[in-house]
Amino acid sequence: MPEIVTFYLLAGILVVSSALVIGQRNPMYSVLFLIVAFAALAGLYIQLDAPFVAVAQIIIYAGAIMVLFLFVVMLLNAPQEDAAEWDRTHPLRRPGIARVGAVLAGVLILQLAYALVRANELQAPVGSQTGPAIVSNVRELGKVLFDRHAFAFEATSILILVAMVGAVVLARREGES
Amino acid sequence: MIPLHHYLIVSAVLFAIGTAGVFLRRNLITILLSVEIMLNAVNLTFVAFGRYRGDVDGQIITFFVMTVAAAEAAVGLALIIALFRHRESLNPDAFTSLKW
Amino acid sequence: MDLRSGIQLGIIGLTFFMLINASALLVLAERKIMGFMQQRYGPYLVGPHGLLQPLADILKLLMKEELRPKGADKWLFTLAPILSVTAAFAAFATVPWGGETTFFGLLDEPVKLGVADVNVGVLVVFAVTSMGVYGIVLAGWASNSKYSLMGGLRASAQMISYELAYATSLAAVILLAGSLSLREMVDTQAGTWFGFIPRWYVFLQPVGFIIYVIAGVAETNRAPFDFPEAEQELVAGYNTEYSSVRFALFPQAEYINMATMSAVATNLYLGGWHGLPFLDTLGLSWVTFLLKVGAILFTYIWMRWTLPRYRYDQLMAFGWKFLFPLSVVNLIVTAALVLYFNA
Repeated sequence: MPEIVTFYLLAGILVVSSALVIGQRNPMYSVLFLIVAFAALAGLYIQLDAPFVAVAQIIIYAGAIMVLFLFVVMLLNAPQEDAAEWDRTHPLRRPGIARVGAVLAGVLILQLAYALVRANELQAPVGSQTGPAIVSNVRELGKVLFDRHAFAFEATSILILVAMVGAVVLARREGES
Repeated sequence: MIPLHHYLIVSAVLFAIGTAGVFLRRNLITILLSVEIMLNAVNLTFVAFGRYRGDVDGQIITFFVMTVAAAEAAVGLALIIALFRHRESLNPDAFTSLKW
Repeated sequence: MDLRSGIQLGIIGLTFFMLINASALLVLAERKIMGFMQQRYGPYLVGPHGLLQPLADILKLLMKEELRPKGADKWLFTLAPILSVTAAFAAFATVPWGGETTFFGLLDEPVKLGVADVNVGVLVVFAVTSMGVYGIVLAGWASNSKYSLMGGLRASAQMISYELAYATSLAAVILLAGSLSLREMVDTQAGTWFGFIPRWYVFLQPVGFIIYVIAGVAETNRAPFDFPEAEQELVAGYNTEYSSVRFALFPQAEYINMATMSAVATNLYLGGWHGLPFLDTLGLSWVTFLLKVGAILFTYIWMRWTLPRYRYDQLMAFGWKFLFPLSVVNLIVTAALVLYFNA
């Protein structure tokens, strides 16, 4: 019983915060709501017996990527989003079209939810196959990561190096060495 | 115990919210944030299925998705900074002409 | 609710209460030690030998006028100190501060002294302290003043830079201990070599210990790395515009961060609550823990009032170009030696 309560609480916070992210005019508030969403998502990961992924989520996403976003928003003094002239007169901006789009999106979500609920084999509770001992064991995670996926791991490190160099080069002012 | 499809529905809703953000918002930073929401929805699906199957493969893929997302956010933000310096605007419609 | 859960709740409440007391006592300790190092007595009038000085400080701060600059963002201005202090308290959640005790036979099974024991404990501490950056950067931004913004940006850039050296020296200890849980790490440090040298990791990792303490000092924005809140250079940095209660939360968060860093350093390198076996049997292992944490906190305060402050670019260069490569080398050497001696 307390499991279900925590699941609904965390999922509710997650969905509401994400909806608020895309609904804010001030990008600073969007970033902060996304941090709340990530914290709720980490809680869901803990409920899924994945404590390492939960902590990695907080460290990487909420602790590093979001700080990066926050820095950029602060340094650019990101303006509030106001519809520009050419925006207001765009042919696709009529309210009728927007409403049709929203209805279609809602229908898509309902279809997806219906399909997922009705799939019989997926109605087994999570974790009924094997116990949580293997999944939450960090040692096991490390073994599989460095054993079977060693190549992908090394490739990821090169990817990060490339991204670092690329970010520094792209954000440089012109004329600097 | 919580059925698997609960997690999948949450993930689907999250992905839909992210997609809506990318389509509807006219601010480059918010678009990038919506992409991050979509990536996290995918992560949730992977971890839920990994737990369902009882092995750690879901978490391993999540690890790589997080790393790639970090790299992509860094490069994306550097691009946004460079773009802002030229046009003083974060509206994607300001960058529609091919002339720089 | 049975006795065991009641006692566990009591331990959680006691930890929280002691953290609040720790911040008050650290204020007093800092001013007294500073005074003695400068050959004067420090606070002397309030209470016997100035021991009630923190009470006077807190009363004064609570009674000041609550100010908020006109252009300041209403929500973020109040949220920032709350975030700072919440992250500071929450980081102590997975730090154990004593061994197991049955409270002199009151309980059937021993209960562990500490709030929680998670199997990824040390990473939780790291994650929550990296959330503390937000309090500072939001404080700088929300105050809508140029001193605050500069101070906030510099402080947060400094904190995320030194997190690298912090995490890498942590990884070396994890290699030695073979576990991510802080309680298990401490328990592998019980016992002695040759009968008199305790099996603490500081003897196996002296460089790692020094790197960790330096990174911890930089993480908590303490001297000699406290440029962002330097009084002489930046007015008061990110907390320029704050007053009264909102202001009081910032130094409190800083002192509790200091206490958490010292506690984690004690658990990782100095053997936690092991070391005086006769106290262990009496169930007073937390006394040893407190003595060690106190020693590290004294070193913190000693460093602040002895060493000159680093300039900001020197600080960043030191973190990126010296400390981080050194900690990576430390990790590689540790890995090689672990492999060699265990093969």
